[in-house]
Amino acid sequence: MNTASRADSAPIVSVRDLRVTFNGGKKPVSAVNGVDLSVARGETVALIGESGSGKSVTLRSLLRLHPERRTRIEGRIEVAGEDVLALGSRALADYRGRVASMIFQEPLLALDPVYTVGQQIVESIRRHERISPAEARKRALELFERVRIPSPERRLDAYPHEMSGGMRQRAMIALALACRPQVLLADEPTTALDATVQIQILLLLRELQRELGLAIVFVTHDMGAAVEVADRFAVMYAGRIVEEGPTREVIRNPRHPYTLALMQARADGAMEKGARLASIPGAPPDLAQLPTGCAFAERCTFVQPACLQSRPEAVELGGGHRARCLRTDATAQAVAQSARATANTSILLTETA
Amino acid sequence: MSIGISIEHIGVAADSDRGGPAQPLLTVNGLVKHFDLKKGFVDTVMGRGKVVRAVDGVDFRILKGETLGVVGESGCGKSTTARLLMHLIDPSAGEIVFNGETVGSPALPLREYRRQVQMVFQDSYSSLNPRLTIQDSIAFGPQVHGVPKQEAITRARNLLERVGLEPRRFAGRYPHELSGGQRQRVNIARALACEPRLVILDEAVSALDKSVEAQVLNLLMDLKEEFGLTYLFISHDLHVARYISDRVMVMYLGKVAETGPAEALFEQPLHPYTRALLSSMPSMDPDRRTEEAALAGDPPNPIDPPPGCRFHTRCPLAEAVCSQRAPSLKTRQRRETACLIHEPGSGHSHAAAVAAAVHAS
Repeated sequence: MNTASRADSAPIVSVRDLRVTFNGGKKPVSAVNGVDLSVARGETVALIGESGSGKSVTLRSLLRLHPERRTRIEGRIEVAGEDVLALGSRALADYRGRVASMIFQEPLLALDPVYTVGQQIVESIRRHERISPAEARKRALELFERVRIPSPERRLDAYPHEMSGGMRQRAMIALALACRPQVLLADEPTTALDATVQIQILLLLRELQRELGLAIVFVTHDMGAAVEVADRFAVMYAGRIVEEGPTREVIRNPRHPYTLALMQARADGAMEKGARLASIPGAPPDLAQLPTGCAFAERCTFVQPACLQSRPEAVELGGGHRARCLRTDATAQAVAQSARATANTSILLTETA
Repeated sequence: MSIGISIEHIGVAADSDRGGPAQPLLTVNGLVKHFDLKKGFVDTVMGRGKVVRAVDGVDFRILKGETLGVVGESGCGKSTTARLLMHLIDPSAGEIVFNGETVGSPALPLREYRRQVQMVFQDSYSSLNPRLTIQDSIAFGPQVHGVPKQEAITRARNLLERVGLEPRRFAGRYPHELSGGQRQRVNIARALACEPRLVILDEAVSALDKSVEAQVLNLLMDLKEEFGLTYLFISHDLHVARYISDRVMVMYLGKVAETGPAEALFEQPLHPYTRALLSSMPSMDPDRRTEEAALAGDPPNPIDPPPGCRFHTRCPLAEAVCSQRAPSLKTRQRRETACLIHEPGSGHSHAAAVAAAVHAS
């Protein structure tokens, strides 16, 4: 993992103080409230959060996919030197697919049902490059081989509905890579897939990232899937990144109470039968009326009066690991304690065995 | 059996136990469901046509008071099985025996069976009537079964309280006014309103966020204890299935691949498909990432399932015999496996070694 050396060069994705507000309903909804995110070339960052945490909204902002009239986007988004929020409509169309492209959760909805997959890839290549249809089709075929679609020649002429779920997701990845983008945005790409297919797609993404030097922003609610692909974790809650750091650090040593609680709420591995899961009380806050203090305060076990006063700033914990929390000391203790507890039980287990 | 019938005649309550705690609460024998595909005129005349073999000969039992987890990929027939158990769709063949009585027989009419078996669905929103308040939704079932209205409402309010929704605040709300986790609590309360013995949970927590999922799982465990329930828990999430189940059944393309106690099955899977499924779970350890996928490709189409063992097209241990002979479920030490490797004398080269190992132990 050479993230540190890559960090020296300028990041390929740089988001500063992003705020996204939707004005469609009765009350404006603040879906994203000040997100800062940098992604280096060749790095995979996982944006993790529950529904309504703003992870997909952040991702879609990178391609400006939100309806223009009902959305207010503030802040600054720079991808490969382009100021995304300032692009005109023509420049935006050039940017989408060529610099950054996206794969979606449900390929059956994302692909056009009335064209073959091959036609869609050829169209996309010819929109960005002046090459002959035959040439473009050759490129499409190469892409299909690259994403390991069996009998690719025949599959190019298939309609999306004729393919299986895993195959469709591979086809969509091929489409996203058609114009050789530098940044791949993945919005829950494996959530709709079966377990045995999900791992195949995760491994494919990892391989492509290594071979093509792609920067990947991977949005998911599944920590397990994120661990398989990501160099860095960014955990979102109520429209902010509450904790960020190298995957290993965040998994082993979570310092925001929300991340900690999420890790403990997982029914994972060899849990004792009948043991209760550590659940997080309550529900995520209403994005139309966010509290003035920390958004997680009312569900947090470590809450103090100060938490309700203002939104906490990021606390640097070393090695690029930071958490927006006033109580990182308390979580550090809790993590150390649970580590001791597991060590103790394993000693007990070996003794009894 | 003759005793059972005579008891029925002298009018003992239908939910009393037959055969004591050792008798399974639910026994399923040779359950089959084939869905017809659209046929052309010629096919109709000739009486042929393709069918989706969604469930193709499934046998299992659910013991009293246990949680049976059902896992498998999409198209394996786990949800169809649940719908067949509820008689939401009619089986093509097979019988369901509940508490010693065949479902649909005069001794156990469908209406009485449905009171004792309830279901919670994955989509918490579409499974509630949007025009009824949640209190009315919960009280509806008992009224159909003859409970007076006032009593049904009292029962509904008690259940709301029990699933953690303060009746004074929530009883008059409509489904769209609740969050996903709250709606799923309402669905659970509604399932319990008829005082069932078996609750079928079809991906009941799959649509919930992790933090809310843990709350609902805890609630389900508490309710099971309190009301002495039996669960059939269908899930694609193996972690959750392992956590909540006493026994787990693994399905593949409309057939049972393996059944066994949860811990034993997860620690020592016998069927090659179970092994592949388990090793496809992400590791949660950044230093031990998965390097190779256990299986290539997608599950085959249940319209034309492979001959012989259904898994042989993707199985790393497949041999010629696997495409010719379909394995049957073999029981050994409370575990059932449908794999030729575990069938002595099947002709699979591993079968002899396995048999020898069993003999040695």
